[in-house]
Amino acid sequence: MRAAWAFYGLAGLFALAVPLLGIYPVFMMKLLCFAMFACAYNLLLGFGGMLSFGHAAYFGVSAYATAWLASVRGWDAAACILAGVGASALIGLIVGIIAIRRRGIYFAMITLALAQLIYFVCLEAPFTGGENGLQGVPRGSLLGVLPLRSDVLLYYVVLAAFLAQYLFIRRVVQSPFGQVLKAIRDNEPRAISLGYDVNRYRLLAFVLSAALAGFAGSLKALVLSFATLSDVQQATSGEVILMTLLGGTGTFFGPVAGAAVVVTLEEYLSEIVGGWVTVIIGGVFVACVLTFRRGIVGSILGLWRRARS
Amino acid sequence: MTEIFGIPVAVILGQLMLGLVNGSFYAILSLGLAVIFGLMGIVNFAHGAFYALGAFAALLGLQHLGVNYWAALLLSPLLIGALGIVIERLFLRHIYQLEPLYGLLLTFGIALVIEGCLHQYFGASGQSYPVPAALRGVLNLGFMILPLYRAWVILVSLIVCLSVWFIIERTRLGGTLRAATENAPLLQAFGVNVPLLVAVTYGGGVALAALAGVLSAPVILVSPQMGSSLVIVVFAVVVIGGMGSILGAIVSGLALGVIEGFTKVIYPEASNIVVFLIMALVLIVRPAGLFGRE
Repeated sequence: MRAAWAFYGLAGLFALAVPLLGIYPVFMMKLLCFAMFACAYNLLLGFGGMLSFGHAAYFGVSAYATAWLASVRGWDAAACILAGVGASALIGLIVGIIAIRRRGIYFAMITLALAQLIYFVCLEAPFTGGENGLQGVPRGSLLGVLPLRSDVLLYYVVLAAFLAQYLFIRRVVQSPFGQVLKAIRDNEPRAISLGYDVNRYRLLAFVLSAALAGFAGSLKALVLSFATLSDVQQATSGEVILMTLLGGTGTFFGPVAGAAVVVTLEEYLSEIVGGWVTVIIGGVFVACVLTFRRGIVGSILGLWRRARS
Repeated sequence: MTEIFGIPVAVILGQLMLGLVNGSFYAILSLGLAVIFGLMGIVNFAHGAFYALGAFAALLGLQHLGVNYWAALLLSPLLIGALGIVIERLFLRHIYQLEPLYGLLLTFGIALVIEGCLHQYFGASGQSYPVPAALRGVLNLGFMILPLYRAWVILVSLIVCLSVWFIIERTRLGGTLRAATENAPLLQAFGVNVPLLVAVTYGGGVALAALAGVLSAPVILVSPQMGSSLVIVVFAVVVIGGMGSILGAIVSGLALGVIEGFTKVIYPEASNIVVFLIMALVLIVRPAGLFGRE
């Protein structure tokens, strides 16, 4: 327990000091956005036991909604984010109602197919800019008082959002709702026999996860000032799965670690190896599934527990 | 010229025929997926990548080794099928005892590796494969003009699908396969080499994907991404048909191709999404799929 607090303290100090350390704040913001995305995904996969293969849809729809409202309507950043989260939650609700009718691999295939449907809608809808996406999204200001043009200031806003989401997910998982969700993950027939309406819990988890993924997506649209098809496409859904798996499914900090590794790899590796990044990502995927299923944080926790006992 | 809803009949028939050609590819691909899933419980995400590999094998064979279309139709599935067996022995066999979801993730990673390599060597732009000379003409059916190659694709896919169905449902080999699906340890105890059976089945499913790739090479542009979105459509086809049934995979593949072709006539904007919409509808009405058992 003390080690965990020490770890969080160090991580917090590092996060606060990022602008002083000369790390490019936009890179850190991108990393934090993907960490939020992976944490949202982990709520569904790690604690709900549901493998969605289409989470980019919620991330991307929210990014599009935020980008469109900010650039065309000139809404306040907070309102844009709220609308983006709402849009993702709504789509999550619709997809969830259909997808929770099946389990396991069918669930994965259905979420994948419906995400592809959303991808095609984004490709052809008149307000998404087609292949170009929406570029040059103005960051505007937060609640009309806090201008977000400065990277450093926006960094602290994103950091606060990340922290709020992280604590929220912890709270959700440790609440009675989260306990029931884990019980359903571990033994569904038993949860049913105890009288829980299993599908309602699963649907709520799905919508929550979609909305939180949307939160990450709308922040990403403001940080990088664009929303494009790459936000909604299948490759992004695959990436968030890899982040979660690599970091450690079902651990709180795992997705953050996984996102940090994957985003850093993509950022720096693409300069060295160019197009081979996809091959390397695929290779990491294969290696993870074959030999490293507990992920970084899962393995560290395992070693830690064994050392203590 | 006769018209229905103000659209010339020839246009409708032409699109339906195109739809049937697409449906033939869906049928062969979903058949391969169903065979692999039936025996191994693995959803082969790499199916689209093997489909692309099959087309590239034909293309490279023609450009560098002078292997013609007819030889490629046989050699490419054999080659890619053998690659499938190697991949099964190297990677897939380690995860059978795990949850089926890991199979999906593992094959997704394999698909990324294959498609990434193809992309590195051939770039993103597509290359065309010539229609073989013997199949270049058109058939005049009186009421419509049918390009010979399209008729060929439909014919081959029907023959292939029915033969696979026959092998699995009516022969001794098929009986052994179905026994392995039911109870693999017992079959092993009877002296059947089950790991070999599994490896060959995976190779067979992969070879079907490669065959679809060779068949499609003359009618589409051969590119590294040609399978990545197709595999998602085929997943939807499989969900609609129900995964357990071989015949269901064939019938729903063909039917959905035709429906897609029909959508191109009446509302082209929706032609990309109509399969997914139908999947959603089927799931609401009949969650197990049209031919599936819960």
